[in-house]
Amino acid sequence: MRRAKITAAIFLMLAMIFSLSACAGGEGGDQQKTTTLTVFNWGDYIDETVLEDFEKEYDVKVNYTYFATNEEMYVKLKSGGTNYDVIFPSDYMIARLIKEDMLHKIDMSKITNYHHIGDEFKNLDYDPNNEYSVPYMWGTLGIVYNTTMVDDPVDSWEILWNPKYEKQIFMLDSQRDSIAVALKKLGFSLNTRNEAELEAAKQELIKQRPLVLSYVGDEVKDKMVGGEAALAVVWSGDAVAMKWENEDLAYSIPKEGSNLWFDAMVIPKTSQNKEAAELFINFMTDPEIALRNAEYIGYSTPNITAWEMLDEEIKYDEDAYPALDSLDNCEVFEDVSDIIATYNRIWDEIKAAQ
Amino acid sequence: MKRQWLASPYIVWMIMFIVVPMLLVLFYSVTEQTADGYRFTFDHFRRFVDPIYINVLFRSVALALISTVICLLLGYPMAAILASKEYSRKKILYMLIVLPMWMNILLRTYAWMTLLERNGIINTILSFLRLPPLDILYTNKAVVLGMVYNFLPFMILPIYSVLSKIDESVIEAAQDLGGNSFTVFRRVIFPLSLPGVMSGITMVFMPAVTTFVISRLLGGGQFTLIGNLIEQQFLSSGDWGFGSALSVIMMLLILASMGIMSKYEQEGGGGALW
Repeated sequence: MRRAKITAAIFLMLAMIFSLSACAGGEGGDQQKTTTLTVFNWGDYIDETVLEDFEKEYDVKVNYTYFATNEEMYVKLKSGGTNYDVIFPSDYMIARLIKEDMLHKIDMSKITNYHHIGDEFKNLDYDPNNEYSVPYMWGTLGIVYNTTMVDDPVDSWEILWNPKYEKQIFMLDSQRDSIAVALKKLGFSLNTRNEAELEAAKQELIKQRPLVLSYVGDEVKDKMVGGEAALAVVWSGDAVAMKWENEDLAYSIPKEGSNLWFDAMVIPKTSQNKEAAELFINFMTDPEIALRNAEYIGYSTPNITAWEMLDEEIKYDEDAYPALDSLDNCEVFEDVSDIIATYNRIWDEIKAAQ
Repeated sequence: MKRQWLASPYIVWMIMFIVVPMLLVLFYSVTEQTADGYRFTFDHFRRFVDPIYINVLFRSVALALISTVICLLLGYPMAAILASKEYSRKKILYMLIVLPMWMNILLRTYAWMTLLERNGIINTILSFLRLPPLDILYTNKAVVLGMVYNFLPFMILPIYSVLSKIDESVIEAAQDLGGNSFTVFRRVIFPLSLPGVMSGITMVFMPAVTTFVISRLLGGGQFTLIGNLIEQQFLSSGDWGFGSALSVIMMLLILASMGIMSKYEQEGGGGALW
């Protein structure tokens, strides 16, 4: 018994020493041969075989990591000790990162595929001169519902407060999105800075708590496809992917208006390999690659050339590619970091309430 | 010969990774960042006094207590069976208790999600047997189930290790003196096993009261426990001050419960788990 313990201890120590030296050796060795590119993206937001192709083509090792919300991404980046080279934040978060001087300007002459991006996705408010970001995907926020379980028309956020669907509703575990749902239902702007309006939104979401089955993240896709609930607040791309898996599902953008969003690729100041990062961004903007990503994840590509090559069925799917001028009552999130403490507090209280 | 110097790497390790971080937590909990450095403040603790947050604390303690009681009721008989001399399949049973602990808690909890879903495995079997479906995922029942499942071995093993060390002759003496089996249990075995029970209670209660994985996966954000609240401060709100204050409150709670427990715990009793 005693001997076994000592053997185990020695084994453990050896394992630790080896793994430490392996780390040190690995890094030193790798840097001489190839560069390592650290990419920080949303979970389930890429066709990962694309990364292998990039590695092969440019002899760069990609270290791919995930986040679940913009807020989580921001906290990780801000707390330091990271060396991300490319990140995929959304509009309002890009505006905040620019404001806080956390992004490199991208050398646009290196992004030779940039002309494939549709003009309507360039020079948007979050990055007016398109110096810091290259669009990756875009979409809306709406309700995905199971037509076999919902017989009322799904055209308003009100349905998420209908007691008939008690414990049949999934909400999105994302601060800005869930608060936006309540704000829009109440007829307020989803970029409000008015404390009273935010307080009202909070009360609305707390009132809704007994009807909600769960606040979820990416698992909502499996759950809705499996028929676990009737209604879920989701991003349009996820809805499209869900419709591929289960024909009973449909997507709707409520008439009160919703959120129109853009996710783009940026290079944070933590990047050690700005040139490799630009290579990667250009690679991702290549129409063939953009097409593969769009086909794999279901989200809508701003890459016009890639869009042209899509299957007819997806290409003219109103849920995936609505005409931008039909989204008049939709708003793009603006950076509200000046009153972020209020947003955080409200979100904490919604989650903590019961 | 005592080789106390062998402990020195551990002491360095403890200072670096336990003492210093705890001091940092304490520091963040009573300060606030301003334009020119840090300022002393009790705001973070004052914010906690809001009924919403107090309720979260109560909920965490209540769910952890319920889980601990269920673990004790299930775990004690199990430990007694394991420790009994007559039982021949002891090794297999012991393996079965320890085996799940080889797997990561996250994976085990995810597995429960698929089991408990409305159209999950358990409900498929129930509907096949024409029994009413079980709709407990995303309720406090599921959270308690997850806690009991994950922490039960921490109750069984300390009790087992104490029970198996009880001197057989003590029990025989009690029987010789005319005690029936219930009296022997009540007057001899149970009091002797108390250190194990106390150690088991501590080892179940502490992880249960601080968990955030189980409540998030099985409670689905409906049952925010103090662990979830702390996680949210550090991972999404970025409010280190409030997060640290919550952690300090949590640590005080654990310290208090350990203080109570250690009164009953004897030196070395039940410590044989590791």
